[in-house]
Amino acid sequence: MMRILDRHKRDRFADFLFKGVSSFFALLIIVLMLFLFVVLAIESAPAIKAFGFKFIYSTDWNPVRASFGALPAIYGTIVLSAIAIVIAVPVSIGIAVFLTEMAPKKIRGPVGAAIELLASIPSIIYGMWGLFVFAPFLSAYVEPFLIENFGFLPLFRGTPLGIGMLPAGFILAIMIIPFISSVIRDVFLMVPPMLKESGYGMGATKFEVIWNIVIPFARSGIMGAVILGLGRALGETMAVTFMIGNSHDLSISLLDPATSISATLANEFTEAVDDIYLSGLVELGLILFAITFVVLALSKLMTMRFAPQKGRGKA
Amino acid sequence: MNDNNNHNDKIIIKGLNFYYGSKQALYNVTIAVKENEVTALIGPSGCGKTTFLRCLNRMHDLYAGNRYEGEIILDNANILDKGLDLIKLRSKIGMVFQKPTPFPMSVFDNIAFGLKLNGISKKSELAALVEKALKDSALWDEIKDRLNESALSLSGGQQQRLCIARAIAVQPDVILMDEPCSALDPVATAKIEDMMTELKRNYTVVIVTHNMQQAARVSEWTGFFMMGEVKEFDKTQKIFTTPSNQMTEDYITGRFG
Repeated sequence: MMRILDRHKRDRFADFLFKGVSSFFALLIIVLMLFLFVVLAIESAPAIKAFGFKFIYSTDWNPVRASFGALPAIYGTIVLSAIAIVIAVPVSIGIAVFLTEMAPKKIRGPVGAAIELLASIPSIIYGMWGLFVFAPFLSAYVEPFLIENFGFLPLFRGTPLGIGMLPAGFILAIMIIPFISSVIRDVFLMVPPMLKESGYGMGATKFEVIWNIVIPFARSGIMGAVILGLGRALGETMAVTFMIGNSHDLSISLLDPATSISATLANEFTEAVDDIYLSGLVELGLILFAITFVVLALSKLMTMRFAPQKGRGKA
Repeated sequence: MNDNNNHNDKIIIKGLNFYYGSKQALYNVTIAVKENEVTALIGPSGCGKTTFLRCLNRMHDLYAGNRYEGEIILDNANILDKGLDLIKLRSKIGMVFQKPTPFPMSVFDNIAFGLKLNGISKKSELAALVEKALKDSALWDEIKDRLNESALSLSGGQQQRLCIARAIAVQPDVILMDEPCSALDPVATAKIEDMMTELKRNYTVVIVTHNMQQAARVSEWTGFFMMGEVKEFDKTQKIFTTPSNQMTEDYITGRFG
């Protein structure tokens, strides 16, 4: 009897310890995030004091005159991510459909592995490849075509340089496709075979089953994949720095050189000699932090809105 | 088999062998499914009854490596012919599964799904046909106010009846049911059985069931499957009262299975 009581006591203590240790690590993440935020806030305080809201809406970025307006960088970050998502999501859905519904078993493994390998290529390699291989190709073929045929849109005016918002968006899309497509593939694999068979049983074609049944059933998972890709796209630095052209001139044309927050930081941190310049760059970092946080929080809310749908699906 | 009724043979299966890759699952199945009657398929798990059912709409073609031999004659044509249009075949043969499989869309769109596949796009026409299908499946009064809700919000029994309504909306010739009540409670099961009695006035029904009382209640004909073979196929009444095969008797009296 005594021994049993002892054992209970010991076990309760071990359980308590276990709970304590795991809570500690979980809390550590939150503390780390708060700490990051606090440091960014303190360091950017001089710039916030000096420029106020003008920092966000001014387009004048001139370190020599100590004038800092971050609109081109903020605009660049958001538009760049949007381009990357718009290109990457349909391609990723296509890849996932191919891998789950069409590819013969023999091809599935190798192609799936190749796509996942794409994710492990360092981003600077993408940047170099983009600059030396992709950019000349774009400036010789793709951009002249866009200017000629879609030049009536302000989005596609300018010189075919091969670097700028659109080229950087392309590279970024290629970089996030592996992440998005492998998550979507996993979600598609979770669609009950019986549900698809009911579609085929009604005389639906493969496309009709995928379009009307598989994709709607998987939509909350697809949203999750898009969030993952967006999170990466917002912060991606090296490849973007290579491709975007690093110009603080705000231009509506996607073919013109532009900049993003992360590219600005990567380019200018080493040059920032005076305190206000450095503080301005840190404030950019704070803004990126905030954008990422808001975007991910919003998408998370959207996923939660879709989630019950899926939870109730007993099929 | 003693054929003393006036119903025609709807589907004639002759010498059907089926293989999952190199593994043979059906051996020389030869039976005839009567028009406007319910044919029940019973037998222990893994005996091939579901495999057989899925041959009738060529569902096995979705997966690589499956192979058929023999003949399945529907309306004077062998549906195992290589060049057969599967889309057309499956719109003539509806199927209901072991669990409800509502599509992730509204109740209305679930029923309209097959109709749209068949090229009906006029709103008024769709609405009329959806209403008819729901009335035919005795669901209309229960869910007429919920047509725009997600089909996933219906109860399990309603979902399964919705799936039957979805299958009959396109007015197929034959309805295949693969243990349609296995996920349902007794009340919902009773409703589906009532439906089946209604259904056979217009359709030919083939049902796989583990529930022998159900087979006895709803069907005119019963086939007893075992290890991929049809051991006995006869009038349901005969199978359940004076089976001619010892194994059938052992199975229906619960001595194994």
